[in-house]
Amino acid sequence: MKQPPESNVHLVDHGFMEARAKLLDIAAFLDRLERHDQADDYRVRAFFEGLNLLDEPGADRAAKVLLALSDPSEEPIAEAHTKGAAGAFSPEVET
Amino acid sequence: MVSRTTDDYQRMALAGCVAINEPAFWAGYDRSNEQGFYDYFSLLTGFEPQRAATFGIKHFSWMCINPKEAEDVGLADAVLALIPEFLQKPTVLGIGEIGLNKNSRNELVVLEKHIQLAADHDQLILVHTPHLEDKLKGTRLIVDALKNHSAIRPERVIIDHVEEHTVRVVKDAGMWAGMTLYPESKLTANRAIDIIEMYGTENIWMNSACDWGISDPLAVPKAALEMRRRGHSETQVHKVFYENPAAFMGQCPKFVL
Repeated sequence: MKQPPESNVHLVDHGFMEARAKLLDIAAFLDRLERHDQADDYRVRAFFEGLNLLDEPGADRAAKVLLALSDPSEEPIAEAHTKGAAGAFSPEVET
Repeated sequence: MVSRTTDDYQRMALAGCVAINEPAFWAGYDRSNEQGFYDYFSLLTGFEPQRAATFGIKHFSWMCINPKEAEDVGLADAVLALIPEFLQKPTVLGIGEIGLNKNSRNELVVLEKHIQLAADHDQLILVHTPHLEDKLKGTRLIVDALKNHSAIRPERVIIDHVEEHTVRVVKDAGMWAGMTLYPESKLTANRAIDIIEMYGTENIWMNSACDWGISDPLAVPKAALEMRRRGHSETQVHKVFYENPAAFMGQCPKFVL
């Protein structure tokens, strides 16, 4: 059962400044990569795919971005050679 | 909390935490043999409950070989053989955190062995799902493995580290959903509260990441504060942060607050 809050909070007042700061951090991150000629990376390409999803309506942007960054395969891999995860998927890159 | 200082126990007590739920996990390095696990399990069931008790906090733990060390099936078998002794300890609630890390074949084999161990000893199960790009695939593989075992009752399983794209998979399977909170790298308090608003307060909890990365033992009380700031009632907050964990873990008679 969905569980809305009992009192209405103005969510723009509540969260805008924090989200604004994060937006500027993203902009500066991408500027930084471009200045240092490091934007040609599968993770950055996946990042832009995620950014493009933010302009779509539907109140399910977070799930869509997560899906875009996920390994779409279904079978177990043969062997794990690392422990970490990279945050984006590429069939050519073992993370 | 093996990775934490005693100061963190003090801070958690000051913030109102009454119990800690610590799953067996990775030590920051791969242990060379099963004796390392025996010593670790002894610490989880001996020293840590004593350390927590000095601050009035109950400490409970879960036994397993963590998925990060599950690629070596031979070592896993040796560790699995140690676990029944520790399941008899008064503060051990079940098998966990089992699951997958990189979604490999051997990890899946070891997961299935843990599920069988839980079935053989009628234990609760606490599951870790992979992070980031591996999470969706891993969550599906884990849920399938659990559903494939006829002795596993879904209401006695909690699948942790759910996010927006995996919570439905877990809830539809009839299992509990856990949301581990991180200060920066993964699920935040505000996103966890969004998930509560979308999927309700039934069979779901939040927990603080307390691992080797940047994490915050006070993430749970901070999320409770944020839930109040977003207009949720004290009744809803109490259900998510106290009643739900107590209901799930209370399925084990050793869980007494």
